Amino acid sequence: MSEFLQLAFSGLTVGAIYALIALGFTLIYNASDVINFAQGDFVMIGGMGTVFLMAAGLALPVAALIAVVAAVLVGLLLHRLAIEPARGASPVTLIMITIGASIFIKGVSQIIFDKQFHSLPAFSGDTPIPVGGATILPQSLWVMGTALALVVALYLFLEHTLVGKAVLATAANRLAAKLVGINVALVLALAFGLSAAMGALAGVVATPITLTRYDIGTLFTLKGFAAAMLGGMGNPLGAVVGGLLIGLIETFAAGYLSSTYKDAVAFLMILVVLLFMPRGLFGSRTVERV
Amino acid sequence: MKAILRSRLTPLIALALIMALVPMIAPTSFHLRVAALVWIFSLAALGLTILMGYAGQVSLGHAGFLGIGAYAVAIGPARLGLDPLLCIVLGAALSGVIAWLVGRPILKLKGYYLAIATLGFGVIVALILHSETELTGGPDGMSVSRITLFGWRVTGALNWYWVSAGALLIGALIALNIAASPTGRALRALHDSEVAAAGAGIDVSAKKLAAFVVAAVYAAVAGGLLAAMNGLITPEAASFSHSVELVAMVIIGGLGSVFGTVLGAAFLVVLPQTLTAFQEYEQAVLGLLIMVFMIFLPQGIVPSLRALIEERLP
Repeated sequence: MSEFLQLAFSGLTVGAIYALIALGFTLIYNASDVINFAQGDFVMIGGMGTVFLMAAGLALPVAALIAVVAAVLVGLLLHRLAIEPARGASPVTLIMITIGASIFIKGVSQIIFDKQFHSLPAFSGDTPIPVGGATILPQSLWVMGTALALVVALYLFLEHTLVGKAVLATAANRLAAKLVGINVALVLALAFGLSAAMGALAGVVATPITLTRYDIGTLFTLKGFAAAMLGGMGNPLGAVVGGLLIGLIETFAAGYLSSTYKDAVAFLMILVVLLFMPRGLFGSRTVERV
Repeated sequence: MKAILRSRLTPLIALALIMALVPMIAPTSFHLRVAALVWIFSLAALGLTILMGYAGQVSLGHAGFLGIGAYAVAIGPARLGLDPLLCIVLGAALSGVIAWLVGRPILKLKGYYLAIATLGFGVIVALILHSETELTGGPDGMSVSRITLFGWRVTGALNWYWVSAGALLIGALIALNIAASPTGRALRALHDSEVAAAGAGIDVSAKKLAAFVVAAVYAAVAGGLLAAMNGLITPEAASFSHSVELVAMVIIGGLGSVFGTVLGAAFLVVLPQTLTAFQEYEQAVLGLLIMVFMIFLPQGIVPSLRALIEERLP
């Protein structure tokens, strides 16, 4: 039982990170129909930025704040300089642009930073907290707490503010949103900025556990994309559930089956789910119009 | 002039001419090897051109099939004592069968859901190649024995240049013939609308599966050639970033264009080689160029240029 609990804790920790990345995918996808393959690189910018700013002598909160702001700037630039000029291009072309952006960000990062693995000290020490026969690291609580806070904040923002409702309206129908006077360009920029901020924050809190390097983004992009698809693309609740599920599946697979094949188990589960629910767990049924 | 631009034989003749010219202007065996790599990756990407360009189905795990073909040529002779040439054929057949088994369920998925399913397949193949150390040599990969073609041992850059060029020409001819066949028209029809295609009497799932299997065979043959030419293969061949690269070749050159696919492959194979002079700027420049090309030529190089030329012509 204690082993089960232990695995559940680490699964939820990893899952919380995936959930934040999947939410980033969802936000951008809903606002613009773009699948942003540079999503995981925001996580890297958050982590690496904090590491190097702290090495330069800044305190953790200041370093983290600057790193997140930097990621947001990168997100806004990505939208303004790469996605906006290609407006109207086909989805595959847009995906290629974000893949190019991801390669570019990695390339610039290895020049600005370096090619080594880096870590951050845990925010509140390394003493494990005993819970029901298992233990949980304080940093795991930081990760889960941050994820929870961000999800709640995003929910409140979308449901209870005028700007948030404009985002939802744009996601539902871009043309209609434009007709009722919503500044769609602003909403798109907002979506890119918000996803960058969420990814970067996930990177800051996750780095003490996962370590970080200039090319770690690809892994996060892959898992975040998988989580968003498992939940059903475009559904924020699905993104969170999908992220947690993938984190749990791969941790339990590593604990009980084989640590080498944990990713294979996670992807097999996704294949099985998609075979029975071809639009993900929470995806809406749509009928193709002819 | 317009007739020439549209003719089915034009890309083939242009390709053959370029193939004949390159050895005359390529000064060293290094250049010939890079050119041979271009032909081999073009062959792998051509399969994706059929799948993505004609049938409109995405695959983000295609390097998995390339890996299967490559490791067939590595494992067959080393572990089972089979002839390497036979192993290319066996690898292609195996890849086709796996594509058929995997494709049957997952090709029912659409759009991004198909993308994540194929991506998952590619990740699993790469993981197996990476982890089954006794069979595949693990992360370090394994060496591949030389190929003997009817008693002629294929070695040296120039020989590999011609073997790979020949393979690509045959592959391009088959792809162009598929495009002009009833199957090619059926694929383009279901690309536009599956419902309308089904309404016109096309067996949509069978045609999609056929395109998937053909694409897998192309990738496996290319993988086999790649392994045999390099004499070494690592699980990197089946990695996700390799799958993305194959897709990028197809899209940068121009979705659905055979000559464009070769151009796209040339772009992504030659560019990193020329950028090694800039060392640490290599990745940044590569990413930037992909973005610039896709923003300014969203249709891909060949279709955009063709549209431009046709506009200027009377």
